[in-house]
This record gives sequence, C-alpha cells and structure tokens, in this order.
Amino acid sequence: MTVLLAVLAGLPLTLLVTVCAFAIGLVGGVPIMLGLRSRIFPVRIATRFLVDLIRGVPTIVWLFLLYFGFSFGNFRFNSLGAAVLGLGIISAAYLAEMYRGAFLVLAKGQSEAAQALGFGRRTTFVRILAPQAIRTALPSLTSYLLALVKDSSIASTIGVTEIVFAATTFARQNPESAGLTPFFFAAGVYLAVSIPLAVVARRLDTRLRRSF
Amino acid sequence: MDLVQYFPRLLDGLGVSLQLTAISVVCGYLIGLLFALGAASIRPWLRWPTLVVIEIGRGIPALVVLYIAYYGLPSIGILLENFTAAAFGLTFTVAAYSSETIRAGLQSVDNAQREASAALGLSPLTTFVRIILPQGTRSAVPALMGLAIQSFQGTSLAYSISVNELMSQSYQVSTVTFEYLKVYAITGLIYVAIAVPATWLSMLVERRLARGHV
Repeated sequence: MTVLLAVLAGLPLTLLVTVCAFAIGLVGGVPIMLGLRSRIFPVRIATRFLVDLIRGVPTIVWLFLLYFGFSFGNFRFNSLGAAVLGLGIISAAYLAEMYRGAFLVLAKGQSEAAQALGFGRRTTFVRILAPQAIRTALPSLTSYLLALVKDSSIASTIGVTEIVFAATTFARQNPESAGLTPFFFAAGVYLAVSIPLAVVARRLDTRLRRSF
Repeated sequence: MDLVQYFPRLLDGLGVSLQLTAISVVCGYLIGLLFALGAASIRPWLRWPTLVVIEIGRGIPALVVLYIAYYGLPSIGILLENFTAAAFGLTFTVAAYSSETIRAGLQSVDNAQREASAALGLSPLTTFVRIILPQGTRSAVPALMGLAIQSFQGTSLAYSISVNELMSQSYQVSTVTFEYLKVYAITGLIYVAIAVPATWLSMLVERRLARGHV
C-alpha cells in the first residue's frame, strides 16, 4: 500500500509535464506547420530542416541539453522547466507534421471552391480548410498525447519527481523488500491513465467521423 | 578545453547504440511477427494473452520496461548485465510496437489472395509464407523503417541503466569537461547524422514501393 502511495505521489507531475508540453506543442506546431506549407521556398526548406533536426535528437538529449547546457546570465532552467520546454519543442515539431498531413489529405476542390466563391486566401485557410484539417488530425493528435504520457517518464532522468522517479526512489530506499513492486505499480498507473484516455479518444473520433 | 580528444569515446558509444538498435530491431520484429500472428489467431486462449502482452508493451514507458529488466529481474533470481538487460527491454518494446504495424500490413492483403491460394490447392502454411507474408510485410516496410529509426533514438534510454552507449559516454565526457552545452549539442548532432539520412532513405523506399505496388 505504501508502495502505491509512493508511486502515486509522482502522478501530478507526470500529468503536469504531459499537459504543459502538449499545450506548447499544439500552439507551437501551428507556426511550424505554416512554415512547412509556405509558398516561399527558402522558408519551406529552413522549416523542414528545423523539424528534422528537432525530431532527430532523442528526447533525453534534449532534456540534458536544456537542463545542464543552457544558461543566460544567472538564469538556468530548473528540472521541471527543462522537461516541459524540451518535450514541448519536440511535440511542436511532431504536431506540425500531423497538421501538415491533415491539410494534405483535404480534397483540392475545397480550396478551389472557396476561390470560386471569392474568398480571400486567409478566409479560405481559417474558415474552410483549418476546421476540416483539425478533424482529420484529431486521431493522430490523441495518439500523440498518449505517447507523451509515457515520454514524460524521461523527465525523471533530470530529476523531475514524476511517477518513474518516485518508483526508483522507493526501490532505492527499500532495497530488500521493494524488488519489482514499485515498477509494476508504476506500469499500472500508466495503464490506468492511458486506457481511459484511449477510450475517450476513440469515442471522440467516431463521433466526429459520424458528423462528416 | 579541446573536445576533439573525446570524440573516439563518443564514437565508441555510438557503436554500442547501433549494436543495441540492431539486436532490438531484428529480434523485436521477429517476436513482433509472432505477436501479430497470435493476436490474429482464431483461438481465444492464444489471442487474448497475446493482446494483453502487446497492450502492456505499448502502454508502459520504455524506461519502466528497462528498469524492470535491470532492477526487477535480479530480485526473482535472474541477473542480467546492463547491456543484456537493455537489449531485452528494448526488444520487448519494439516487439510490441512492431506487432501492430505487421498486423496492419498482413490485414491489408486482399482476402481474394487467400481464396485464390485455396482454389489453387495451396496448403495454409504455404499460403501464409509464400503469398500473404511477402505482400503483407511489403506494405509494412516504410512504417517498420520508421520504427527502426525511433528504436535507434530509444537506445539513449539505456543510459538510465548505465549501458555505456552514446548518451552515457557523452554524460561522462560532460562531467569531465564541464562543457555541457557543447557536449550535448555534439551528441544530438551525432544522433541526427544517423536518424535524418535514415528518414530520407525510408521516404525513398516508400516512394519506390508505392510505384511498384498495385
């Protein structure tokens, strides 16, 4: 019982890191997506390069780089800040790709029809294309959120006291008695978080599909 | 401080990372194929346990799998070296993820292929090995290549159980030189130097396959 409580003590930070990083990704992904879709070739190439660079570096390296490597004068990231920002940057790059993919599958007739009706480029994008693209992107967004719940465990390596950190701490403090239990409980907590999330995501997806 | 002298250490680490990738991808995909077959089985006693194992492998973080393999198994009498523990843990994760990809690939094969094989009098085994599997894996290849690239990046998690792969080496170098920013930036670029060209290759293969197919 004490094991479960010890592991559960890490749950708030796991959720906090996940939610903040996802929020950064959702917002930050938009300008990156616009860069990837830009009509100006150099902008497109530079953004593509940036996205590949961000996604090519493993999460743990990003976190170490931000946590140990960055300092502006007296300012340094604390472990939570580095974890949120690092996972947020990575999320932004991945989500930008998903947004882009969603625009790609939209029928070409949509933008042609909007043009024929005399809508401007901006109106077409904001009022016609984007709402449809969000629907298409939704399933991949939710599965990314599910992956992010698990990836937030990497924050334990820079000392964020989330679930995995709590489990390893408990295992170290009770080397004789603990054994596998804290890790199994940690695994259980992750499943307990992600299974309901997956169920909600599937419901949401089928409902949106129906309304098409 | 001259970082050039530490380059060989980082490259040694990269070698270990690549070994871990090769082991976990090759073994993981083979086990993933077995998982995919188990999950598609008509026998409930085989299908349900396989599905549970797959969902566990996909549902819990790779880091937790590594900790269970490394810290956990000794307590039930199985003692593994760091490298072996990492190889086991990563293989399991890769197997769970790839099984879904492989299953989707196998399901994408038109049912008429099965019917045609049956009409030609091919045995179920021959049908699967010679007809279904080649077509199914073919459509799964781009996704499996993407997964292999992710597995390569995932080997950096083995740092947490002190396998002397690239991330561990760079951590050690950074604590000796105190050049945290430079060392981790170089480390990141080494990962990029493998991962990004590999991504381009997978895109190329995807385009080739799309052209040859259907």
